[in-house]
Amino acid sequence: MSRTVTTQRKSFNTAIAWVIGLLIFFPILWTILTSFKTEAQAIASPPLFLNFDWTLENYAVVQERSDYMRFLWNSVILAGGSTILGVIIAVPAAWAMAFVPSKRTKDILLWMLSTKMLPAVGVLYPIYLLFIRLGLLDSRAGLVVVLMLINLPIIVWMLYTYFREIPGEILEAARMDGATLKEEILYVLTPMAIPGIASTVLLNFILAWNEAFWTLNLTAVNAAPLTAFIASYSSPEGLFFAKLSAASTMAIAPILILGWFSQKQLVRGLTFGAVK
Amino acid sequence: MGRIQLKSVTKSFGDVQVIPPLDLTIEDGEFTVFVGPSGCGKSTLLRLIAGLEDITSGHIEIDGTDATDVPPAKRGLAMVFQSYALYPHMSVRKNIAFPLRMAKLEQAEIDKRVEGAASVLNLADYLDRRPGQLSGGQRQRVAIGRAIVREPAAFLFDEPLSNLDAALRVGMRLEISELHERLATTMIYVTHDQVEAMTMADKIVVLQAGVIEQVGSPLELYRTPRNLFVAGFIGSPKMNFIEGAEAKKYDAHTIGIRPEHLAVSETEGEWSGVVSVSEHLGSDTFFHVQETGLAETITVRADGEVGFRHGDRIHLTPRADVIHRFDAKGLRIE
Amino acid sequence: MATQHSRSVARLMMAPAVVLLLGWMLVPLTMTLYFSFKKYLPLRGGDLGWVGFDNYVRFVSSSSFWPAVQATLVIVGGVLAITVVLGILLAMLLDQPMWGQGVVRILVIAPFFVMPTVSALVWKNMFMDPINGLLAHLWRFFGAEPVSWLSEASMTSIVMIVSWQWLPFATLILLTAIQSLDSEQLEAAEMDGAPPLKRFYHIILPHLGRAITIVILIQTIFLLSIFAEIFVTTGGAFGTRTLTYLIFQRVLEGQNVGLGSAGGVYAIILANIVAIFLMRIVGKNLDA
Repeated sequence: MSRTVTTQRKSFNTAIAWVIGLLIFFPILWTILTSFKTEAQAIASPPLFLNFDWTLENYAVVQERSDYMRFLWNSVILAGGSTILGVIIAVPAAWAMAFVPSKRTKDILLWMLSTKMLPAVGVLYPIYLLFIRLGLLDSRAGLVVVLMLINLPIIVWMLYTYFREIPGEILEAARMDGATLKEEILYVLTPMAIPGIASTVLLNFILAWNEAFWTLNLTAVNAAPLTAFIASYSSPEGLFFAKLSAASTMAIAPILILGWFSQKQLVRGLTFGAVK
Repeated sequence: MGRIQLKSVTKSFGDVQVIPPLDLTIEDGEFTVFVGPSGCGKSTLLRLIAGLEDITSGHIEIDGTDATDVPPAKRGLAMVFQSYALYPHMSVRKNIAFPLRMAKLEQAEIDKRVEGAASVLNLADYLDRRPGQLSGGQRQRVAIGRAIVREPAAFLFDEPLSNLDAALRVGMRLEISELHERLATTMIYVTHDQVEAMTMADKIVVLQAGVIEQVGSPLELYRTPRNLFVAGFIGSPKMNFIEGAEAKKYDAHTIGIRPEHLAVSETEGEWSGVVSVSEHLGSDTFFHVQETGLAETITVRADGEVGFRHGDRIHLTPRADVIHRFDAKGLRIE
Repeated sequence: MATQHSRSVARLMMAPAVVLLLGWMLVPLTMTLYFSFKKYLPLRGGDLGWVGFDNYVRFVSSSSFWPAVQATLVIVGGVLAITVVLGILLAMLLDQPMWGQGVVRILVIAPFFVMPTVSALVWKNMFMDPINGLLAHLWRFFGAEPVSWLSEASMTSIVMIVSWQWLPFATLILLTAIQSLDSEQLEAAEMDGAPPLKRFYHIILPHLGRAITIVILIQTIFLLSIFAEIFVTTGGAFGTRTLTYLIFQRVLEGQNVGLGSAGGVYAIILANIVAIFLMRIVGKNLDA
């Protein structure tokens, strides 16, 4: 909606929007600021906003206490691995649903989504047992599979909505041109759906990165990602605000930056194609 | 070679039979046009020939061999789609080369054929552009290029001109006709536009509700339409139909007279009426005549200089030798 | 629109995803059902035999059951109400012409990227701590007695934290929807003399219907199973024990797998009731 408005009105909008935007962002900003304070400054009364001695000490301490890089690496492996695996399994399924729809397609999609509603806690113990049996407890492989499974319905759904926007005639043209199914998907469908696949990958990477039920309950040391790294600050170390802030900043920074860079693709992905 | 035979072909979607048993032979080198109103099954028929849809029963033979269960890629047919169906992420060169790449041809051979097709279609300057950077007519040419490099047994065109504007459509029509003259390959062309059918076809197949109403050359269809549907569909403006007492005079249930076969006069004629609308095209003038007592409106095609206006009384005389007579079932009476 | 061949290929292509999800659903579900009929205490004797519906009866008759259901519904309902209402307002604000719209959008979307454990920890300690928390400072500044948020207003606090996390999501989807509204429609309504409130009610709100459905659906899926926010903040105390958390405590803290599994079955039933209800709406909206 582009309508001409007075400068006065625009200034007013700008002011309100910025105040609200900053208010919403404030907890994150405050965390980042606090991470550069000393512990004493962090709990100073009245609170210090910018007028403190900036220090990197907290980051050093946090790194010393627990090996940040290892948790970070685990997060990358878990989120990346589960997303890639999910996409590989979902692309053929989404192709089938989008281009060879049948009466049951919608039911299958809804059923898939409904598995996401299965309360994780209801099946925690069986999965826990299975993991012990299979020797997967605290292993990255096991968790990659679990995270893939919980995000698979969303990946299928998102890809389905993107694929549906690709005209079927183009795939038929490829078929007429002598492409096999594999070639059709590899050379025609996938390149055309790259933007959609990208936003699917991004969103699911973020969801997997932030997943905090299975990652907390099925890992101990080896496979523990950043969710576990930060959960170790629950108490009583949480009272050391500066260190907590440094750890928090380290946990969220990678995804925050990734998310900001890709917010346009993300938003489209998030709407499941239902909002244009 | 490209002789295509359909033998008692039927197609059903679920319980709905869209094509009742149908037989048709398309001779090698023939330019055949499937024409009919939207939903008449002409595109479905084309897709059955292409192999993009299964036929429900019957056989399709290409050059005498049964192709019923052969997948689309193996039938040796090339198709040009209504939306052109170009691969948007590939350059024009790659688009045209795609079928050759799929056929695992040598790169040198691919290059040779792509260059050849590009020069035939005036695309040489655009080979490295993406389809998105081309005009509608150029995209159409790329789609045709992609079809001709394969040197197929037959070309299938699915309403290829319907996305172009009127001026381009006339140009492309000529180009496709020229292409057919040069390649002398079988072409099957689907359209809802009877002008395209009349101007391009060696043989027209008029379809309605999946049934072939008539097969013949354009002039055969124009001169001797087999029934009311074909009579009304072929020719523009539409044939006028008159029932009742006037038809009885000719011993028919319905008579049809084409707008161009009516002579106009200010003073005298067999029929008379009042002009409701006159459309001046320059070369011709169309009069829509009402209050004739024969039909609601009679359309007349007259010379461009004839100057009747709204409300004028007009007298019409049909050319007796080109009055078409139909019986109560709508079939032609010879 | 396809051949027999492509239909059978399609089934083959869907098979991995369908089989995996079916396994993911059925295997644990069967095991949960199995355990729910047993007295099973891993640390105190293990499998102590079949007990019929004992676990189910005990789980429901426990004094914590109904409060847990209530807590779950309050959190889901509260967060949905807050995020949808504020989301609409915020989306309409962000749709207005302004300077630095892109930056504001980045600020607003940020909480969505923060992992739940972090946001729970930051809110709990740095904002809601009754002594050093920023809110305590604010309260004191205005001469009020600081609130111990997580014990005195535990439910409000949790709803606040979770709403903060999900508001960006709601806002962005609703903003996308508003931006797709044809401005000519609004102008026509303006010409017809509809005042702003009527324009909102008769044109903007119906246009947002689909987007609101999506927001509700997706958020409900995630909200029904929130865990980290409670795990980190109150640990289920002060009336914030949701059904999810109650089961978690029975299984992992109480080491009573049978009882926890019965609870799991209840949670699955609850989730399915919500799911059926939501799927109806979404299924309908998907056709359009």
